[in-house]
Amino acid sequence: MTGVLPIALEEATKAVQALLLSGKEYVCVMRLHAETPEDRIKSVLEEFRGTIYQRPPVRASVSRRLRQRRIYDLNLLETDGKNVLFKVGCQAGTYIRKLCHDVGEVLGCGAHMRELRRTRAGPFAEGEGLMNLHEISYLYGLWRETQDESFPRKFINPMEKALELLPKIFIRDSAVDALCHGASLAAPGVLSLDTEIETNDAVAVFTQKGEAVALAKALASTEQILKMDHGFVAKSQRVLMPRGVYPKAWRGAL
Amino acid sequence: MQSAKVPWEVERKLVVKAEEETDPRFGHRPEERPVQGYVRFGVINLDKPAGPSSHEVTAWVKRILDAKKAGHGGTLEARAQA
Repeated sequence: MTGVLPIALEEATKAVQALLLSGKEYVCVMRLHAETPEDRIKSVLEEFRGTIYQRPPVRASVSRRLRQRRIYDLNLLETDGKNVLFKVGCQAGTYIRKLCHDVGEVLGCGAHMRELRRTRAGPFAEGEGLMNLHEISYLYGLWRETQDESFPRKFINPMEKALELLPKIFIRDSAVDALCHGASLAAPGVLSLDTEIETNDAVAVFTQKGEAVALAKALASTEQILKMDHGFVAKSQRVLMPRGVYPKAWRGAL
Repeated sequence: MQSAKVPWEVERKLVVKAEEETDPRFGHRPEERPVQGYVRFGVINLDKPAGPSSHEVTAWVKRILDAKKAGHGGTLEARAQA
């Protein structure tokens, strides 16, 4: 098993972009090409914290330009001869195989990735309801057979879970359907919002019941939005809620 | 400015701009969504088996759950276990 791979279903696939851009965490076994003292391995790993430069591998599905990636955290867990177990928290799009190679270069002896397990993809973590294919198929079968609604709730997360790490804006019932039709969010529709939102930040727009309405781009900061009584505060990027769940309330709707 | 903090450890605070009650006739809290909506608005936290590609595994989940569409949230290398 190689770890956390969130899979969005049907309408929830629209929210997948939030996951593609979220940070990941891995546990990795790196194989060194020569015996190396543990304190030296430790100090070299620490050098890779912060911003690193990576050229995507030859068989990667992205452009092979040198790019910057953020390593939030990198910790040695254990060594056993030439095998090094470490844990890394990193920005989306960091290649761990490449990271191992580069650590080997700095150590001077060379190294390669031997085993990798993803322990987190954004809000989805290993300890929180991770299911294998067998369990999913089994629970789905039980659900179909018994019609007991507690089964799907055991293995399917609401799509809102995927947006958990984004800054949020909660809006009035009357503002919901306009967003579902692709409109931008206007200041009077806002009821509450997270602190520290900056202009151009990716945000998620929610109903008061906590349903996802849209992924959006903030057009103002938290402080500015709190003071605004007209004008647009967020531009919708991806509508997540179908039209017609909430009533049309904008001018001219009737 | 990029925060030095790990993104999943950032704590956010909610500030209130205006108060209003929500009308219970429209929509549902996600955890109370009618069961037909569970697959339609659902995300699976899958422990990917080693071997098949992320794409292949996604297609299997789609078939198992009889879903119309499925997409994964970030490729995991097929041969991550050597």
